[in-house]
Amino acid sequence: MAITNIKNLKEFSTANERFEGAHLLCPGCAHSMIVRELMNATDDNLVIASNTGCLEVSTAVYPYTSWDTSWIHIGFENAATAVSGAEAMYKARKRKGTLKDPDAPVKFVAFGGDGSTYDIGFQWLSGAVERGHDFTYICLDNENYANTGGQRSSATPIGAHTSTAQAGRVSYGKKEKKKDLVAIMAAHGAPYVAQLAPNKWKIMAKGFQKALETEGPCFINTVSACTTEWKFDPKDTIHITDLATDTLMFPIYEIINGHELNILYRPKNIIPVEEYLAAQGRYKHLFKPENRHVIEQIQKEINEKWEYLQRREEARV
Amino acid sequence: MAEKMELKEVEVWDGNYAASQALRQAQVDVVSAYPITPSTPIVENYGAYVANGYVDGEFVMVESEHAAMSGCVGAAAAGGRVATATSSQGFALMVEVLYQASGMRLPIVMTVVNRALASPLNVRGDHGDMYLGRDSGWVQIDAFNAQEAYDLTLCAFKIGEDMRVRLPVMMHQDGFLTSHTAQNVHPLSDDEAYKFVGDYKPYEEMLDFTKPVTYGAQTEEDWHYEHKARQHKALMESKDVIDEVFAEFKKLTGREYKRVESYMMDDAEVAIVALGTTVETARVAAEQLREEGIKAGVVAPRCFRPFPFDEIRDALENTKAIAVLDRSAPMGAMGALFNEVSAALYTTPNRPLVTNFIYGLGGRDFSVEEAKRIFKEQKAHADAGHITTPIQQFSGVRGPKLGFFETKRGN
Repeated sequence: MAITNIKNLKEFSTANERFEGAHLLCPGCAHSMIVRELMNATDDNLVIASNTGCLEVSTAVYPYTSWDTSWIHIGFENAATAVSGAEAMYKARKRKGTLKDPDAPVKFVAFGGDGSTYDIGFQWLSGAVERGHDFTYICLDNENYANTGGQRSSATPIGAHTSTAQAGRVSYGKKEKKKDLVAIMAAHGAPYVAQLAPNKWKIMAKGFQKALETEGPCFINTVSACTTEWKFDPKDTIHITDLATDTLMFPIYEIINGHELNILYRPKNIIPVEEYLAAQGRYKHLFKPENRHVIEQIQKEINEKWEYLQRREEARV
Repeated sequence: MAEKMELKEVEVWDGNYAASQALRQAQVDVVSAYPITPSTPIVENYGAYVANGYVDGEFVMVESEHAAMSGCVGAAAAGGRVATATSSQGFALMVEVLYQASGMRLPIVMTVVNRALASPLNVRGDHGDMYLGRDSGWVQIDAFNAQEAYDLTLCAFKIGEDMRVRLPVMMHQDGFLTSHTAQNVHPLSDDEAYKFVGDYKPYEEMLDFTKPVTYGAQTEEDWHYEHKARQHKALMESKDVIDEVFAEFKKLTGREYKRVESYMMDDAEVAIVALGTTVETARVAAEQLREEGIKAGVVAPRCFRPFPFDEIRDALENTKAIAVLDRSAPMGAMGALFNEVSAALYTTPNRPLVTNFIYGLGGRDFSVEEAKRIFKEQKAHADAGHITTPIQQFSGVRGPKLGFFETKRGN
């Protein structure tokens, strides 16, 4: 059922069976919500590629598969290229008339975690977007290498504790700021780039639809709260995601053709970031007196980014 | 529909051009590639065929060789004919994905124009890259000249795509010596060539949505081993298909290929075993030595993988002394070809004397004179009844003479 006909969350949650409920993701993992939202956003046939990561290892353990659609995993870094190859083959075969069902609409999608997207697969993503393949890349951004036990990635925010950027007696965790991949992908001139969150499921579904309907390469960064490494109770995934979007730690916006920025969600009450940080074990050391300055810095940067996004939107340039 | 190309009965092509013509005639659907010397002209030419309507495929120029092979895997899983080309460092960068291509049983054809591996950086031909691929699960076929590069590339599609095989195939040729040396090549017409290769037969394809497929699943200790064992079995059994394809090609063209090419071996007392262009050099040397009364012959594995163990054994078992030539830095061991040939000969009653020459690294010339010297050394071993030198020597290297590993036989 297409998303346009779906009225409420209950209908939405059962609308599409191309991604089976039987998978090995952690209870409370947001990855499966985001995948389902993508599946629900279209009735078209899907060719999906996944980078190595939590989603991949949890959904295709032989002899089982959670995917009731075409799916491929090659390596940690190359889902964007796998889907590029498949898309090129689709074009060649369509032209030659060798497809079994040449009129069936097909969409090409790649999934990667933040480790595979921001770090090891960055070049492969950049290349595929530059070449202009007609596909949508969705980053499931849980801000760490969760599949290997919670190491830092370039998507890990400043101040977060990870196993390779530890908070300790003389350290407040990761020292470096999160890479702004959304800006980098927009700078590629991709026709549609967005940052979305699964708690705002209607906005997310619309964003996915827009990306799928847009010809050419589209990139979407999605916040995927990680119960295991962010350290919160599995039942609180959506609550944590609400805090991420309503503190503006994770603003929801789109950039069209590399420049036209639209804010897609404006919190009625902007919540201080402290509340978001306090809800997660990975930030608990920041509440020690000597680390308080990091919380202040995070809040300051959120405010500046929000100001920047609003001015960009207003400027229409 | 792609335009056809009128070809003369005899064309003057180098190995790269010959390979690219085979890709065109096979009407490859997708080439996903990244340029690297000396293989670059193969994919440039495919791009030119696309640009001029001589092929209907898609030319995807990616940002690295790792991506090139990744694109090939995605394209092949989508159910069409796929090819690429690379060399040396590019090959090394691809290695991760080579294993994935063969593990997913995707019949990609890749020409590897053999070139040395850095460091030091070197663009000339040796077999370091070919050897790097030897455990990757691909069929590996070696062409010794431009005609063979053309013929065997056509055969490669037919071998890899056969439903009994469904494995990727590497087509090797020597960097510059073959790839950039123009020679007479007898091509097939476009129609004959395509008829020989045949239409691509999709199998478990991602673009048939009535039957969804999952490629690249995870297996741990419970299933990984069975997958790899079956893959090895498929590679071993591909030899029958290779023989069939070669037989069919001979019927069509009169040109005969075998998984092991033996030259003047019927009564040979001494032999050289080698790969690539060196095979032709050794053949000339053998011919000249025959005039001097030395019964010399040459054995060449046309097919490097699956390794033709039985055929190598049968070709060499009645010789007395054999030099196995490895054009790859052995780095702390015997040359790989030496080890495999020796293993085959160990199973024979007579167990000929086998020595190992490392030679030609980074494109160092290997002359007929040097081949003759090596033959004569084997003759001396044969006459003495044992190896009179270190087992491993370096041919044509400057500086003090290098020798490693000693025999216990005959001392």
